[in-house]
Amino acid sequence: MRPFTYLRAKSPAEAAALAAQVSDSRFIAGGTNLLDLMKLEIETPTHLIDVNGVGLDRIEATPEGGLRIGALVRNTDLAADPRVRKDYGLLSRALLAGASGQLRNVATTAGNLLQRTRCPYFYDTHQACNKRQPGSGCAAIDGFSRPLGIIGVSKACIATHPSDMAVAMRALDAQVETVKPDGSTRVIPLADLHRLPGTTPNLETTLSAHELITAVTLPAPIGGVHIYQKVRDRASYAFALVSVGAIIQQDGSGRVALGGVAHKPWRVESAESAMAQGAKALTEQLLAGATPTHENAFKLTLVERTLASVMAQARDHA
Amino acid sequence: MTISRRTFLIVGAVTAASVALPPFISAQASAANAARPNKATVKIWINGEQRDLDLDTRTTLLDALRENLQLTGTKKGCDHGQCGACTVIANGRRINSCLTLAVMHEGSKITTIEGLGTPQKLHPMQAAFIKHDGYQCGYCTPGQICSAVAVLGEIRDGIPSHASPSLTEPPKLIASEIQERMSGNICRCGAYSNIIEAISEVAEASA
Repeated sequence: MRPFTYLRAKSPAEAAALAAQVSDSRFIAGGTNLLDLMKLEIETPTHLIDVNGVGLDRIEATPEGGLRIGALVRNTDLAADPRVRKDYGLLSRALLAGASGQLRNVATTAGNLLQRTRCPYFYDTHQACNKRQPGSGCAAIDGFSRPLGIIGVSKACIATHPSDMAVAMRALDAQVETVKPDGSTRVIPLADLHRLPGTTPNLETTLSAHELITAVTLPAPIGGVHIYQKVRDRASYAFALVSVGAIIQQDGSGRVALGGVAHKPWRVESAESAMAQGAKALTEQLLAGATPTHENAFKLTLVERTLASVMAQARDHA
Repeated sequence: MTISRRTFLIVGAVTAASVALPPFISAQASAANAARPNKATVKIWINGEQRDLDLDTRTTLLDALRENLQLTGTKKGCDHGQCGACTVIANGRRINSCLTLAVMHEGSKITTIEGLGTPQKLHPMQAAFIKHDGYQCGYCTPGQICSAVAVLGEIRDGIPSHASPSLTEPPKLIASEIQERMSGNICRCGAYSNIIEAISEVAEASA
């Protein structure tokens, strides 16, 4: 790990303002992903701003009937919150399908959204990776690509976003609240937070430099059956090969987002009307234009079968 | 960017109106920050005792325990949060001590395996691991035991898991719940079945 200076911020606006004063600074909250990457010198900040003391650790009702989740709410607390368990079961289920108990106790809501890919070529500093070292190439495309992306990928990068939580939040139409170093705030739909890799896979979000996520808001509950189904190589504590987060209403209509297939939680609202026609039709529309590799083409079938399983569970539940 | 010590910004006290960096941090000199180790002090309660530490900011809680405080019961396995050998209990919650910095724990209350029990006065979980042979080489055992103690607390507190059939009913003290919740602790000797027996016995005794 490279040396760095360290400061504790007292408020979100102070944190953003402090960050803007030192180049190569990073916010640290849980640190479960950042410190892992700093040990490997994939992340090399020269200054850390600890935001654990800035508040933002509460879940509050909004006037619109939804929830505002503070950026520092730990994954364990969010999954266990009675309001989330009752009205946003998809979110609890997605969180509980991710990581380990130790990690969920520390990992935060905003950190989960901003965690970086687990592409093995991003992690191996001896390999070419346009995300880690822009312009160096992508060793994954012709390499061990089995766990990697099949849609929205580019010639520069086929990495996936690893979060389960973000898949649920995408289906729930979450929005992200932020503060910038000048103190101004804004709201970003979660759909617009993560970028596709294109020619600049090193740019992963639409946040500006030193912009700090302060909260994630959920709109009022929409009812329905909430299901998160994650398919992975071992039964617990593994990233998704494919995951499906769905909210399905009694009339068979619904929303669906996919994990493990793209550089961001993958949702295509215009495809959701195909839900009534079954998993095959829905998959064809959700994954239209997919460009899998030889090693991960199985994910096309896996998405269809996982969707079929989720839709059958919803029917049984109704 | 070429940096000399003269380019360091010297700033005054932090005021409410303007956010200022303390003098030991260079605003322009990120390269200078990275060129030499940076020290920090932190007070942490370890097993009920306050410890004052003066350490490199890079020091993880795990390394602070083992190298600065000679509490070597907590083990370093992967050092990347994948194996759980470094599990300790911080403010009542189990965490991977390898993935957190010591300086982030000002005022935290940490319990390590040394704080759970002693050879003369074993914690019930330690006694159960011995009785059920919940280990072979023993390297993962301190982490397994710290994790197991916290797992039973999490179930008692009603925190759901991936193995909970219902999100609205309280989780049960059953083997499938314990297995899922212990997935962050890897045992390469494969003592899992005995570990589950040990934890289940303590769960039943405390139910």
